[in-house]
Amino acid sequence: MRQGFRHAMAWLHAWSGLVVGWVLFAVFVTGTASFYRAGITQWMRPELVAIEADPGRAADLGAAYLRRQMPDAMGWFIALPTPEKPAISVMWWKSMEGPFHEALLDPATGEPTRARETRGGDFLYRFHYELSMPPTLGRWIVGACTLVMLVALISGIVTHRRIFADFFTFRRGAKSAQRGWLDAHNVAGVLGLPFHLMIAYTGLTLLATLYMPWGVRTAYKGDEIRYFVEAGLMPELRWTAGRPGTLAPLGPIVAAAMARGGEVPEGLSVWNPGDVNAAVVAIFEEPHGLSHHHAQIAFDGQTGAVLGTNGAVGPATGTGTVMAGLHMGHFAGPVLRLLLVLCGLMGAATVATGLVLWAVARAPKGAAPAGFGLLLVRALNLGTIAGLPAGIAAYFLANRLLPVGLSERASFEVGAFFGVWVLVALYAVLRPGPRAWTQALGLVGALYLAVPPVAALTGGLSQPGGALRFLGFDLWMLALGLGFVFAARKAAARAGAPLRRPVRGMTGEEALRA
Amino acid sequence: MPRPGPRAVSARTAPTPAYRAAVLGRVLLAALGGYAVAALATGLFALVLPMPRSEAVTTATLLSFAVMVAVVVAVFAARSLARAAALVLGLAAPLAGGLWLAGAFAG
Repeated sequence: MRQGFRHAMAWLHAWSGLVVGWVLFAVFVTGTASFYRAGITQWMRPELVAIEADPGRAADLGAAYLRRQMPDAMGWFIALPTPEKPAISVMWWKSMEGPFHEALLDPATGEPTRARETRGGDFLYRFHYELSMPPTLGRWIVGACTLVMLVALISGIVTHRRIFADFFTFRRGAKSAQRGWLDAHNVAGVLGLPFHLMIAYTGLTLLATLYMPWGVRTAYKGDEIRYFVEAGLMPELRWTAGRPGTLAPLGPIVAAAMARGGEVPEGLSVWNPGDVNAAVVAIFEEPHGLSHHHAQIAFDGQTGAVLGTNGAVGPATGTGTVMAGLHMGHFAGPVLRLLLVLCGLMGAATVATGLVLWAVARAPKGAAPAGFGLLLVRALNLGTIAGLPAGIAAYFLANRLLPVGLSERASFEVGAFFGVWVLVALYAVLRPGPRAWTQALGLVGALYLAVPPVAALTGGLSQPGGALRFLGFDLWMLALGLGFVFAARKAAARAGAPLRRPVRGMTGEEALRA
Repeated sequence: MPRPGPRAVSARTAPTPAYRAAVLGRVLLAALGGYAVAALATGLFALVLPMPRSEAVTTATLLSFAVMVAVVVAVFAARSLARAAALVLGLAAPLAGGLWLAGAFAG
């Protein structure tokens, strides 16, 4: 019975991991990059430099711009300038189904900035949970894959007879490639296991009311807003009255919010700005600590009087906000952030080594031809594991190489991301074989190594803030480039070696149990 | 019904149609049955947990994914597809009954 259970779990681990592996790899890589979302955005908009901006005036400039765009909007959002993002970032929308329009305004003039048009780190962040698909569809696909990842983690843990011993096992000089891949998969998987479990579960709970709306359905008859208000996640708001009103100046509201909240709010959302029932909500940064819970103060949009605040959260909701905080890592300073990034890379490595192991363990013996399934897995493996990182490097390169004033510039950057990804994937299909790994990984390494010199030659040496302003970003590009070149060299050395020990072929399940 | 696993099929023999059907059955049972049990449990616990309404909803919703993962693993660990189906039904039926008693289906 025990043996049968372990068999079933090994089977479940191998197949559940394979089916979602390619999506998970992309989610892990772009999610890891999102820990540096603000830094990536800064690098991609080098024209923006920190300036002293009065928050009240910035709010009024934002409102003036928004009034010209959509006076009868359902909502506006005005993010006030910060040293990391020295611009007024505004959004406006007519319905919660979207579309959500965005603009970036100069805090000095209130007009759109002259910075190059780019989606910056936000593109990678959104891709992490929406895969550049329609939002709801993308979120469901990522959610389903995340749940399968949890299943793969649980079955993978059960599969390990000696999980503690495996922790310290890495047979580097192993005779067969399969044994080496298995050990690499175990090291990355087991060492990062607490992070992997945490990030998968908290990823699901971040969008819990989308995936699992049934508690809100039974206890609140589906009234999600009421649930959020009662849980202390947002202040009570008012419905539109249907009569036109005049929005009060936002400067005094920002001053009142600062007096009451003790700091400059992160941003203001304005609900029904053209209605007599307009409401302005000042949203503060989350307090120091793990919990992702923003204090909010709601003001009457006509008079500026305080309408209310979001209350304190109870233990359960507090648990939820801490889980959200753990996932997003806003609490982490530079060192802890680096650790989170390394954990994320270890997650990507776990997925990648698992995918490769699946294919290596099923390589046909001798001269037998590989079946269609195996060829497909091999092509998807190379196409994803080398293709996605190549796409990200191309996204960065396009940011520096495309003319600054190009129209639809941001879409061309995204086009470079997908274009290069597809090219690498096509190459994996058209030119299969061990050499393809060497060449593709070498190309990825070259692309990353090219980023700092290209940035330097396209105005980086004379940029505001000095040539060393983005030293951290440059060092990351060099480290990633050298890492991929190293991997390409390893793949070249392996290209001649036997893929598996010929005497005793193991299936993936046997390998997992070994 | 063969159990998915290396004993039922070796890497070098093509899987039989019966084996494929059994695997498909488990996948569907795990996905749909697992979600159904998690959804019913969330709906019920949100109503009956002895805490403020919003806290009960949050608790039930946060736990729902653990419920679903447990059901999926159990479906694949069961000795046969029939046993797995019995397990899912055995969980779903009392949860649905509890929801009916709690009045979730009225109006």
